Amino acid sequence: MSYLEYSVKRVPTGLVKVLHLNWALVVVLVAIAGFGFLMLTSVAGGRVEVWAEPQMKRFVVGMALMFAVAFVPIWFWRNMAGLAYLTALVLLVAVDVVGHVGMGAQRWLNLGFMRLQPSELMKIALVMMLAAYYDWLPLDKTSRPLWVMVPVALTLVPTALVVVQPDLGTAILLVLLGGAVMLTAGVHWAYFATVIALAAGAVAAVFASRGTDWQLLRDYQFRRIDIFLDPGSDPLGAGYNISQAKIALGSGGWTGKGFMQGTQSRLNFLPEKHTDFIFTTLAEEFGFLGGFFLLTLYAVVVALCLATAIQSRDRFASILCVGVGVNFFLYFAINMAMVMGLAPVVGVPLPLVSYGGTAMLMLLLGFGLVQSAHVHRPR
Amino acid sequence: MRRSAKEAEESARRITRRALFLGGAQAAIVAVLGLRMRHMQVEEADTFRLLAEENRVSIRLIPPARGQIFDRAGVLIAGNEPNYRVVITREDARDVAAVLERLARLIPLTPEDIERTLAETRRRSPFVPITVADRLTWEELARVSVNAPALPGVTPEVGLSRYYPLVEDFAHVAGYVGPVSEADLARYETPDPVLQVPKFQIGKVGVERMMEDVLRGQAGSRRIEVNAAGRVMRELDRREGTRGADIRLTVDAALQSYVQARLGAESASAVVMDCATGDLLAIASSPGYDPNLFVRGISSADYRRLLDDDHRPLSNKSVQGAYPPGSTFKMVTALAALEAGVITPETVVRCPGHYEAGGRRFHCWKRGGHGPVNLVRSLSESCDVYYYDIAQRVGIDAIARMAERLGLGVRHDLPMSAVAEGLNPDRQWKRERRGQEWRIGDTINAAIGQGYVLSSPLQLAVMTARLATGRAVKPRLIAAVDDVPVPVPEAPPLGLTPSHLAAIRQGMYEVTNSRNGTAHSSRSVDRAMLIAGKTGTSQVRNISEAERARGVLRNDQLPWNRRDHALYVCYAPHDAPRVAVSVVVEHGGGGSAAAAPIARDIILHALTGGLPPLTAYPESQRNRIETDQRNLRLRPIAEGAGAGRTRA
Repeated sequence: MSYLEYSVKRVPTGLVKVLHLNWALVVVLVAIAGFGFLMLTSVAGGRVEVWAEPQMKRFVVGMALMFAVAFVPIWFWRNMAGLAYLTALVLLVAVDVVGHVGMGAQRWLNLGFMRLQPSELMKIALVMMLAAYYDWLPLDKTSRPLWVMVPVALTLVPTALVVVQPDLGTAILLVLLGGAVMLTAGVHWAYFATVIALAAGAVAAVFASRGTDWQLLRDYQFRRIDIFLDPGSDPLGAGYNISQAKIALGSGGWTGKGFMQGTQSRLNFLPEKHTDFIFTTLAEEFGFLGGFFLLTLYAVVVALCLATAIQSRDRFASILCVGVGVNFFLYFAINMAMVMGLAPVVGVPLPLVSYGGTAMLMLLLGFGLVQSAHVHRPR
Repeated sequence: MRRSAKEAEESARRITRRALFLGGAQAAIVAVLGLRMRHMQVEEADTFRLLAEENRVSIRLIPPARGQIFDRAGVLIAGNEPNYRVVITREDARDVAAVLERLARLIPLTPEDIERTLAETRRRSPFVPITVADRLTWEELARVSVNAPALPGVTPEVGLSRYYPLVEDFAHVAGYVGPVSEADLARYETPDPVLQVPKFQIGKVGVERMMEDVLRGQAGSRRIEVNAAGRVMRELDRREGTRGADIRLTVDAALQSYVQARLGAESASAVVMDCATGDLLAIASSPGYDPNLFVRGISSADYRRLLDDDHRPLSNKSVQGAYPPGSTFKMVTALAALEAGVITPETVVRCPGHYEAGGRRFHCWKRGGHGPVNLVRSLSESCDVYYYDIAQRVGIDAIARMAERLGLGVRHDLPMSAVAEGLNPDRQWKRERRGQEWRIGDTINAAIGQGYVLSSPLQLAVMTARLATGRAVKPRLIAAVDDVPVPVPEAPPLGLTPSHLAAIRQGMYEVTNSRNGTAHSSRSVDRAMLIAGKTGTSQVRNISEAERARGVLRNDQLPWNRRDHALYVCYAPHDAPRVAVSVVVEHGGGGSAAAAPIARDIILHALTGGLPPLTAYPESQRNRIETDQRNLRLRPIAEGAGAGRTRA
């Protein structure tokens, strides 16, 4: 059943929509962002104006964007999916050509009023595009090889553009995101099993070739992989950041050292303390209780997205909600696993907490879509 | 697209199933993250807390203020003075070169200073203060302070540095401090960590070195918080150290300075000892040097000059020097013979001017001979033949034992560098060390303090004090540590027959007070300060028969370094000895001419506590003495106890 078929009379119209918003999601998002402002104040040594204030302004803009998106019926957004995807693709190409170099990679376009990271835009656009694709595709064709190749291509093209920036973190995120959406849409398990088996085989082959005549990579490339996988093997280089992050996190203990009392961040032992590594400061200052509280809030956000997906009777809306939830999940899970030493260091921010404009705007835009699905769900 | 109701139902069911599966997978990952967080923050929290502490806390040592050295009355010999310096911090200065240029107009800065500072500021972190100039005067520091607004990043600082206000007068006694070297560290099994502090200074020579452990004190420490770049953020706590203990020497600074001045430019040394306590009242060696040069880091040109000087200013001759004691040794030979019973004070030996033994002829210094000589006359006129004869009778081993009892050939325990042991040769020594049998000629040479015998000026002063008191007086240099007086042990009697000692003393009395005495011209006429002494002249060359036949060259005809050493030992007042003195003038010629007049001036100064009164000198000499006293360049010493006892 599509929106064109169910009774439009039962969908709220006008300002009444405000009453039908998913207010639980709004509250949790505000709580997370509030936590973020606190941490950005702390890592700036108590000064609000350095990072917390610009972040608050962006959050307000983002929330306004979320509400605006929420008020527009979800079927409009389905029609916009192709346009959004193409726009994001064009911007990704543009950033590779004329983009600014930040942290050794071309990642953003200077639009004058803000720095736009098209890769962040692409995450939402990809979810929209794939959801619209599966909404259009007849159900029985979902697992046909030819019709599986289309979403794979839709995922890999932007991934390739991101890899050349190079931004490995976002690339991995895009692949996982595309896979998750395809899984949600009902693509047969065998495809996933085959891809995982092939990937594992390729990795095994590369590692098995090490030190043999048919070595697939050069020695220095292997060494880079070693350090990537085990930063501890290079404690003063790549390993320095991660070991300092672990020290900060671990030394927080149960209740933490107190607001603005974290020695690791205050004394600059922590790298990137306002962006990718902000969770370590949070864990250092608010301890296990603080860290676990944030983790719980994140889980609630994902759960709310899943709940909306399950409640919705619309295929586009459901797949979209799962995709937005997975996108959000991938952000915080990869970021936390990274600072806890469970995953290699890749540039993934902590959602709604790390300092950064595009990611926050895009996340909130995504939640606007979830809200729209929630408001315009069939009753 | 339009779907049938059945299809839509199928789609929703499938999505719900897959969404729940994804939700479960996500929940599992969240659980892993939570457990990992718990593991790190709860189970391993202590480990990480320790690592965080190690990260941020750094321990710095606070070097203790070094103990000061005073003379017996409290005159400062080695103190700590404020050292004004100027440091620059790059991050505050911004344009270091421009600031240095402005600074150079206020204080003297060489282009090398500026070059070195620039290089250092570039090399070190921007917040590390770099020393631009050291040892500024108060005026220079004030100029920098006044112009502070024009000199961003420049900070005046004050530290402590060692200084020796009496300059060369105490160079050999107090020594000096300098930067810690590898060799210094090697002296300790577990070196005090404070020795590793940059620019920390350690005693290198003399009391500064030998009493290092007392003077150094205990380093304090401060725990500081540093950030990742090593910048000090704040001090967490501070444990003050203990300043080093002050040391009071037995030396009298006024006397020491007088002795040093009186020795003048000669390569000479003198020791003044209190007969009763063994207190070393003066222990001088000339020429001296300025120990402050070493504290500041001596230039290689200055150092070379000190090393190349044939008068060896760096050598502390009073304790390091080992000389043939010459005729000052005759008391030892005589006492050995007396105590062995082979002679009595009345025993007479005929001196024809030479002595035959072992087929060789040994000469008396007086070519014509002294005729019949008894003990007293043998001393006062220093007859050599008398001693050749009695030494043959008593034998070398008894002489060596007596020398040891009197404090010769013994390393006296003093906190000074390289205290010489000297040498009392005997049969066993020659067998072991030279692999040869002892010969008659060796005994004859030793009898008059020549040949193998070696003694230091310190040992000669000890011998004199022991002869004067009959007790085994021991020299001492430290009067008090940290204001706690070092107890003076009562010197045990030497166990020598009083009549024998009396005869020796009579002989020494007549050296100065008999008309024929070898030091008659260096007598005192003040009845309360009559001097008993003994001259000595030790050859630094052998006189061959051929030379003797040609006529022995007089000392002033020889090059300086081949002339005889002049020695003199004495004590006064002769009837109630208070002070014993020994003087050695290297290559000074005869003891009576070169050493005895110096010793007389010194002992009179020691007894009167000031410039010797002219009334103590024979009338005929007073004019000359007065002129000499006027020409003496004396360092002014702050009078009285406590003077100069400021703690900088």
